[in-house]
Amino acid sequence: MGNNNHRLSGIKKWGFKKSPWVFHLSTGSCNNCDIEILDALTPRFDLERFGILLVGTPRHADILLVTGVVTVQALPRLLHVYEQAAKPCMGVAIGACACSCGIFDGGYHVVGPVDKIIPVDVYIPGCPPKPEAIISGVVKALAKL
Amino acid sequence: MFTHGAMDFFYLIIFPGFAFTVVAGLLSTWVDRKVSARIQWRVGPPWYQPFADVIKLMGKESIIPEGANRVSFLIAPFIGFTAVILVSTIVWMANIFPGASFVGDLIVVIYLLYLPAIALIVAGSASRNPFGALGASREMNLMLAYEAALLFAVFTVVVKNGGIISLGGILGYQAAHGAMLSQGASCIIAFVVTLLCMPAKLGIVPFDIAEAETELIAGPYTEYSGVTLAIFKLTKAMLLFTLPIFMLTLFAKTVWTPWTILWYALILVFIILVKNVNPRFRIDQALRLFWLPVLGLSLLGIILAAVGL
Ligand code: SF4
Repeated sequence: MGNNNHRLSGIKKWGFKKSPWVFHLSTGSCNNCDIEILDALTPRFDLERFGILLVGTPRHADILLVTGVVTVQALPRLLHVYEQAAKPCMGVAIGACACSCGIFDGGYHVVGPVDKIIPVDVYIPGCPPKPEAIISGVVKALAKL
Repeated sequence: MFTHGAMDFFYLIIFPGFAFTVVAGLLSTWVDRKVSARIQWRVGPPWYQPFADVIKLMGKESIIPEGANRVSFLIAPFIGFTAVILVSTIVWMANIFPGASFVGDLIVVIYLLYLPAIALIVAGSASRNPFGALGASREMNLMLAYEAALLFAVFTVVVKNGGIISLGGILGYQAAHGAMLSQGASCIIAFVVTLLCMPAKLGIVPFDIAEAETELIAGPYTEYSGVTLAIFKLTKAMLLFTLPIFMLTLFAKTVWTPWTILWYALILVFIILVKNVNPRFRIDQALRLFWLPVLGLSLLGIILAAVGL
């Protein structure tokens, strides 16, 4: 699937930029990328300064943080979550697995990288990426608005 | 209470009503988030953060889940919202023009203050989501827990002042005899009980049992998105401002003075501190807490008031 084109203007754009709520979804990661996301949300980095909050339901999400290759089991769930999210909603692929299958490429359980299933706006490479890289990725996603 | 159309509109929409309460409420949520951040050794969000959240939610898609009851799902947020606007208008108008309030507006305010919780119950049940349904049932239990104690605390004031049930009358009584808080032990006990019930009524941390994001995702809010969620957020923010103002009207003479800012800030900081140093209660623990010690305390207050203390 190609990239999204979210073009917002005026006050809507301002609101979206100042208050991105993220939803965190693992589609078959080794859990390392997820730990790095949690690190990025700790008081040390204090993402609430930028209005970033972790929400528990895709209905409230503005950004989906997807980690890991999409496995056969996770495929319907990923589609489901993406459809449940209120649009406009951006996709961010975190880690080598989510970007390009990484070390799991060619595995019997692998459907493909995340951008084969849902639109992805930003790719954050690394195995796992550092919290700083994740923050910079989210900032780049917001700059695309 | 109101005289003619244009002024009614102004009172309801601009000054004590909608616009004023929204701005004050959103600023109070910012204070809440900022102070919580400072307690956790963080910097915290900028002052416009709650406004940005609401503006963003207004610009997003509002989804009605498949199989939900469309009418109740969409009406639920507005029930609580209008109720809080009305409460804010009635309470402020009674403070600004004490002579103009109608008999029994205290009762009206108490009933209107039930509505945000009822709206949550309707929302949770209408959204066809197991988390929503669980949240609704917990909210119902919580309501049963705190409402009795809160009601007795409010009626301690009525017993103490000799049966006046209009806000204007209570304010007049306080203007003549001094603030309710300085009238003896019964009123101090009643005030403490209202302070204990306030986090439960507002649904914030030791009593955010219905929302419980670690177990119930977001409880009744789970299926809400876009505008409907924004209305819920606004209702919560406005209640955070309106409920303490209502309590101050009952206990602290009048809110139509600059001292209100100090009083309100003290109550807000108390709520925020309680929020930050306590974990969430289980629903049965909350029920036990409110039905035994807190209800006992408020009954003690009303008995003391009846014997004139
Ligand atoms: S990118 Fe590396 S750390 Fe992240 S899920 Fe894949 S293997 Fe694990």
